[in-house]
Amino acid sequence: MADEQFEPRIVGFLCRWCSYTGADLAGTSRTQYPANVSAIRVMCSGRVDPTFVLKALSDGADGVLIAGCHPGDCHYQEGNYKAMRRYRLLLKMLDQFGIERQRVRLEWVSASEGDKFAKLVKEMTETLRALGPLKWSANWEENGGRAEALENTVKEHEEAMEVAP
Amino acid sequence: MISPNMVRLTIDGKTVEVPEGSTVLEAAQKLGIEIPTLCHHKALMPYGACRLCLVELVFSWGSQIQASCVYPAQEGLEVKTDTERVRRTRGVMMELLLARCPGVESIRQMAKQMGVEDTRFPKKDEDCILCGLCVRVCAERMGVGAINFANRGTKKKIAPAYDRQSPLCMACGACEVVCPTHCVDLSTVSLRPARPIPSEFDEGLMGRPSIYMPFAQAVPHKPVIDKETCLRLKTGECGACEAVCDAGAIMYDQVDTIEEIEVGTIIVATGFDLFDATRIARYGYGRLKNVLNALEFERISHASGPTGGEILTAEGKVPKSVAIIHCVGSRDENYHEYCSRVCCMYSLKFAHLVLEKTGAEVYNFYIDMRTPGKGYEEFYKRLMHEGVHFIRGKCAEVTDVAESPEEEGKLVVVGEDTLLGVTRRVPVDMVILSGALQPRADVDEVARTFSLSCAQGDFFLEKHPKLAPVEAASDGIYLAGACQGPKDIPDSVAQGAAAAACALALMDKGSVTLEPITSWIDPDRCSGCQTCVASCPYAAIEFDEENKVSVVVEELCKGCGTCVATCPAGVARQKGFADAQIYSELEGLLAQ
Repeated sequence: MADEQFEPRIVGFLCRWCSYTGADLAGTSRTQYPANVSAIRVMCSGRVDPTFVLKALSDGADGVLIAGCHPGDCHYQEGNYKAMRRYRLLLKMLDQFGIERQRVRLEWVSASEGDKFAKLVKEMTETLRALGPLKWSANWEENGGRAEALENTVKEHEEAMEVAP
Repeated sequence: MISPNMVRLTIDGKTVEVPEGSTVLEAAQKLGIEIPTLCHHKALMPYGACRLCLVELVFSWGSQIQASCVYPAQEGLEVKTDTERVRRTRGVMMELLLARCPGVESIRQMAKQMGVEDTRFPKKDEDCILCGLCVRVCAERMGVGAINFANRGTKKKIAPAYDRQSPLCMACGACEVVCPTHCVDLSTVSLRPARPIPSEFDEGLMGRPSIYMPFAQAVPHKPVIDKETCLRLKTGECGACEAVCDAGAIMYDQVDTIEEIEVGTIIVATGFDLFDATRIARYGYGRLKNVLNALEFERISHASGPTGGEILTAEGKVPKSVAIIHCVGSRDENYHEYCSRVCCMYSLKFAHLVLEKTGAEVYNFYIDMRTPGKGYEEFYKRLMHEGVHFIRGKCAEVTDVAESPEEEGKLVVVGEDTLLGVTRRVPVDMVILSGALQPRADVDEVARTFSLSCAQGDFFLEKHPKLAPVEAASDGIYLAGACQGPKDIPDSVAQGAAAAACALALMDKGSVTLEPITSWIDPDRCSGCQTCVASCPYAAIEFDEENKVSVVVEELCKGCGTCVATCPAGVARQKGFADAQIYSELEGLLAQ
């Protein structure tokens, strides 16, 4: 088991028109790149709810890649701008969670940029390998399980709100 | 009775009605009767200088010879244009002109046409016939009067004031254009240098007037007026074109209008630009004379071009050797990596043209010879047999610095001949650069306007290279021609037909297939905050004032899902991409 390298799990939210097609091109061009990304196809990067990112991380992903059309080229005109805005706010949230910003990335990949996609996945895989696993659920484990951890949090808040006698 | 202000006269037995104030010449022209003229111009006041338009007027008391260009048409006038007396008198006038200018080609032609063999008068050697056209156009049309008659009698001549170049002259060139003997030299008249308007179609090799037909195959095949240079539009002078137009089709007060037309399908066929060869400095384009790009050579070799189809160097000589350099800007990491598909074939075409028209030695510097298509490979072979020199090697530079006596005064093309394994220096008289086909300069703007993606060198991206080669990603927009990728004319035509067929199919169906992945807002849980309304790029969400909820208009919804992610209450749902569905995907992917 000592020889086994940590393989980061990355969830990619790819937009159907540009980045998914770009990823597909990387495939048809037989470009070699790490198999660490699991792709979820959405119609537009603007469909990506920050909740998806958090759910992915909490379900065991070590990183999330959101890829869309280049600004100005969105198939639905402005979806990628909205993704950009949501991403900026999400990053602030991640800071508060203590999650490293390198784990969630927003990139622009066009339909012809198969090479760029491959390079991107390679780079992200290596970065996350160095960062190590996210261990989101491990937090819960340390506290005796998810449900129990939540209960404890609630109790902590109640105690904090009690007025001192 | 005839209407007022019209007069009726008889010319050669035929009657004609013309407005009062017209001349006999105009009346004859209306009847289609030909009368020779030299000093007459439709846009200028008649002058009666050349005396060639003489006709015989028959009155009750006898007959008279008069100049038809100045004689007013009168009610009941009887005119004869082809009697013995008329022919004889015109002949004498022609002889006088011939005597003054025996060397002028146009005078000799006219004399020949009139049957005048020689002149009885002592010959001079002038070229100006003192018709006054230049004087009149400058004064009447241009309102300047920079050039006029000087001296009197036998010493009469045309000159600017004080025989000095005139500071008033605007160098419009009208005097040169109207002169029937081509003897006016603008440089002697004007202080200002003449600056011809470079013809766009002729790649700036030739000038064009301000009113011009863009090119012979222009659609619509009508002339246009160049607002920037037209004197009438800029200064109110001239207006000669309106005066000569028989159809009265010229209206100077037309303004550009922007028309909004609602359409359901659009075919984008915006073409390509030729690679700017100045980017490759070592080929000397723009610096060395006689280095031409492909389009310039096309014009030079074309019968309607600046040289009338004769292949000539900048010095006006027939070249004895020509080099054609392939792949200028194509197949090049520094410029365009792609192959432009058409240049090998057009380079071979040029080689053949040069051989045919000049018999010069032709050298084609190529990397690979790409000749797909019917008869193309056979054409290449034919050229090999005809003695075109094919040198396989990318050309390194074109220089005018001679290293040996044979290279003096020539352009030297330096390149490696990879088949022989030597570097060659080939001295030639003319170099043609076969440039790449590249997307137009405004491709970004056009792409934004039509929501087109660009790929592979910035050409517009088709929906699918095999299954939808003429469709763009957005419904109803099609691509055709070189804007989608470099291609030749047969392929462009085929693609245009395909795009048109697709557009027709769409229009003909009578119904549009909608996306099934539209959004839906749960009316029971919508709070009416309208955040989604603002976020929709297609304005596909309406606010129902009665129920105070937002509603998605399915026909307009394109299925992007932005509203779903925007909804603060999570009340919007996209069919096929609902939150629950994506959560399931995540759980499935990440299950241990």
